[in-house]
Amino acid sequence: MFRRLHEPSEQSVSIDFEGEIIIVEAGETVAAAILAAGAEYSRTTPVTGAKRLPYCMMGACFDCLVEIDGIPNRQACMVRVENGMKIRRQEGKRRLET
Amino acid sequence: MSETVDFLVIGGGPAGLAAATLADELGLSVLVLDEQFEPGGQIYRSIESVHPKTLSLLGKDYGQGAAIAAAFRKSGTAYMPGASVWRLDEDGTVAYSRDGKGATAKGRRVLVATGAMERPVPIPGWTLPGVMSAGGAQALLKSSGVVPSGRVVVAGCGPLALLVTQQLIAAGANVQALLETTRTGDYLSAARHLPKALRARSYLSKGMKMRRSIRAAGVAIHSCVEKLAAAGGDHVQSISFQRGSSQNEIEVDSLFLHFGVAPNTQITRQVGCDHEWYEAQRYWRPVRNDWGATSCEAIAIAGDGGGIDGAVAAALTGRLAALDAACQQGVIDNSERDRRATPIRAELETHNAIRPLLDALFTPPQDICAPPDDATIVCRCEEVTAGDIREAVALGAMGPNQLKSFTRCGMGPCQGRMCGLTAAELIAEANGETVKNVGYYRIRPPIKPVTLGELASMSD
Amino acid sequence: MHSAETIVVGGGMFGAAVAYGLVRDGVNTIMLDGSDGSLRAARGNFGLVWVQSKGLGLQRYADWSRESAHLWGDFAADLKDSAGIDVNHQNGGGLNILLSEEERENCRRSIDIMRQQAGADGYDCEIIERDDIQKMVPGLRVGDGVAGASFGPHDGHVNPLKLLRSLHRGFTELGGRYFPSNEVSKITHDGSAFVAESSSSRFTAPKIVLACGHGITNLAPMVGLNTPIRPQRGQVLVTERIEAIVEMALGSIRQTDEGGFMFGNSEEETGLDDGTTLPVTQNIAARAVKAFPQMENLRLVRNWGCIRILTPDKCAIYDESETMPGAYVATSHSGVTLAAVNARHISRWVATGETQPNFDHFSARRFNVPAAA
Repeated sequence: MFRRLHEPSEQSVSIDFEGEIIIVEAGETVAAAILAAGAEYSRTTPVTGAKRLPYCMMGACFDCLVEIDGIPNRQACMVRVENGMKIRRQEGKRRLET
Repeated sequence: MSETVDFLVIGGGPAGLAAATLADELGLSVLVLDEQFEPGGQIYRSIESVHPKTLSLLGKDYGQGAAIAAAFRKSGTAYMPGASVWRLDEDGTVAYSRDGKGATAKGRRVLVATGAMERPVPIPGWTLPGVMSAGGAQALLKSSGVVPSGRVVVAGCGPLALLVTQQLIAAGANVQALLETTRTGDYLSAARHLPKALRARSYLSKGMKMRRSIRAAGVAIHSCVEKLAAAGGDHVQSISFQRGSSQNEIEVDSLFLHFGVAPNTQITRQVGCDHEWYEAQRYWRPVRNDWGATSCEAIAIAGDGGGIDGAVAAALTGRLAALDAACQQGVIDNSERDRRATPIRAELETHNAIRPLLDALFTPPQDICAPPDDATIVCRCEEVTAGDIREAVALGAMGPNQLKSFTRCGMGPCQGRMCGLTAAELIAEANGETVKNVGYYRIRPPIKPVTLGELASMSD
Repeated sequence: MHSAETIVVGGGMFGAAVAYGLVRDGVNTIMLDGSDGSLRAARGNFGLVWVQSKGLGLQRYADWSRESAHLWGDFAADLKDSAGIDVNHQNGGGLNILLSEEERENCRRSIDIMRQQAGADGYDCEIIERDDIQKMVPGLRVGDGVAGASFGPHDGHVNPLKLLRSLHRGFTELGGRYFPSNEVSKITHDGSAFVAESSSSRFTAPKIVLACGHGITNLAPMVGLNTPIRPQRGQVLVTERIEAIVEMALGSIRQTDEGGFMFGNSEEETGLDDGTTLPVTQNIAARAVKAFPQMENLRLVRNWGCIRILTPDKCAIYDESETMPGAYVATSHSGVTLAAVNARHISRWVATGETQPNFDHFSARRFNVPAAA
């Protein structure tokens, strides 16, 4: 449950999180963007399927793994949003792309 | 393409920036590799791009980062943002990944300035969505002006817990309470450090001011709190705690935990530097001399990565490391190095005066270091619990590496950043051994993941 | 002083398997092990149960490896019973991917030699082409640079971490006593029994088995054994977890049951340095990508070195001391493959003296090494 102190500026971009288009601040991290958009969870663990959201926001915990533009297991807090980016939850283990 | 520079800096926080700026000024060739996208590290995160409205509520200390970043930019020192270092060799070779491509660089001296991490806080329920580190809440504020919108509780101990509580209140968050674990005994043991700490008067009064302003905002500060436990289904719903004989529970939508910071020793361990145990704050730090030199000749350390002393001290130790590198490479002689170091050391001594007091006051409690409840998750990546660890110890795992082999604890992507300290504390407690003797995981490269394709196509 | 009927020195793949077999047979056993930071070949952890490449120059060893592979299924079931842990044993055969004409030619020559060496007993291994390889690994696209593969029907793999853990748990459950952090520095004989000393304790038993990898070099002469072994480094890579794609072991590539892909099989003479190097890491990665191009996107999450215990002909050494009977040595670099025979035939040999046919072929005397006086 998060909100923004200031609405995205003129340099806003739009991204797709789980099929929903959201307007986010250019240059912010994917993790911040999806938290601000109210994501309930951003991955399920490969061990038990437990739901997780980002924890440390600095690249240490690896709990913020998501699929970005088809590439799985990327640390959302270490990637900056770009216009048209497609973000999906990392559900368990990654699949091997063909 | 591999290039050799005189001074290769890993990390873009105050230590790395100050070191690089001075090294450049002294005439060394310098390269800064920063995994973030703009200078500032964690403490001064987004200092160049922070929204003016956010800047005003973050406090004066954060604002000081602007000058350090500006001086760095002005120096024109080579800066590579978005560069994730995944391997460091003793000879000063660094392998890093940037824009999906791998490359190497080499420094005659490499300065590891990768700072600190918050120590893990393994309470029941800490893996629930909605539970974050206090630093994580602060990062959201700094980089994106994103604030929790529901009911907030901050729990733990240490200056950052106080600061983040104050910042969240200033940002308009609905903070229900600050739960502090600090006990009367902690204040008493800290009091013996008081005379020395009075030299760092400003730090002391800052802490008192923060408490006053938090209370003035109507937010309760509960101290002597124990048995913290978060609960919820798919999301955190409440935090319970004990205070004296009373059991309490507060409903929350966001829970922020903080029990101090510890040096991030991933790179210094991976390259093979010696480390020492610091009992007062229960963490490991690289062995270093007062120039930041480590047990590996080409590798130096500065900033919180060498021991927690804070942002101002980080810039100072960064500059000392730059002086030493310049001297070692014959650009300045010993006496000039020492002459320039004198005022830096004087300032450092003043800032470090507060440290023994803070460390004694905010020692992480035993049940945070070694969770008593068997069901508590210790390894977040592999979901290994405290009970699993105790069972493995009973089976004969006498150290973190044998533990790792038996349970997979520490084998996940975070490489033990979130569980290493806890695992060692649990083994020590179960065996009646000191944490110092139990040791730590053997840290192997890559420090950050790198694709096979990148590895295969890297050219030297 | 702790006493038992038998002391096993070493808690790795060899030591734990022999110790497990002993307690299984009701022998009062103590297992001694090094400390957390000790050099442990068991941490090489590749997990292959491999037959096709074993025994070049010593047919008895080729047979031994094959026998162990055949016993492995029952052994895994037994471990599941004793320790409650499923070690995920897969025995659908193994492929060794060949990435050049030269590798293919070398392989073909080895197969010929092995066939001749085996004579009537036969040697089951043949080179197969890309199409057939593709059929065996339907989930992965075979790279254009693949020049063939050698298929061994007896090969397989297992989870080596679970194997070690289940051996230890089984050992303890069945009454064995485990003493870690007790690296043995000295072994003597007091007239009636062996006495093993560590820095903190002493242990005594009429029989002692040296199964401690590189520790054998110092200890063997103390019990009248001369066991020539040398270190050789192998570097291993493991990736992030991937959904299950490949069941079959692919020689220097295998997918673990947790999902990560492991790659290895480098060979370096670096003494006891278990570090890693960028060039070898890159080479292993390049080979993986050449074999299966889809792997280029997989992320390496850990990379380590491990020191193999190599005998002069790469085949196992099993010996009993002539001058100090009751002292045994058991070693090879294939602790996972041989775990099944070690936990049965070797433990029985130690306990009762019962030997397998042509067991003397495994003695180090085959190197014309004089036994220490």
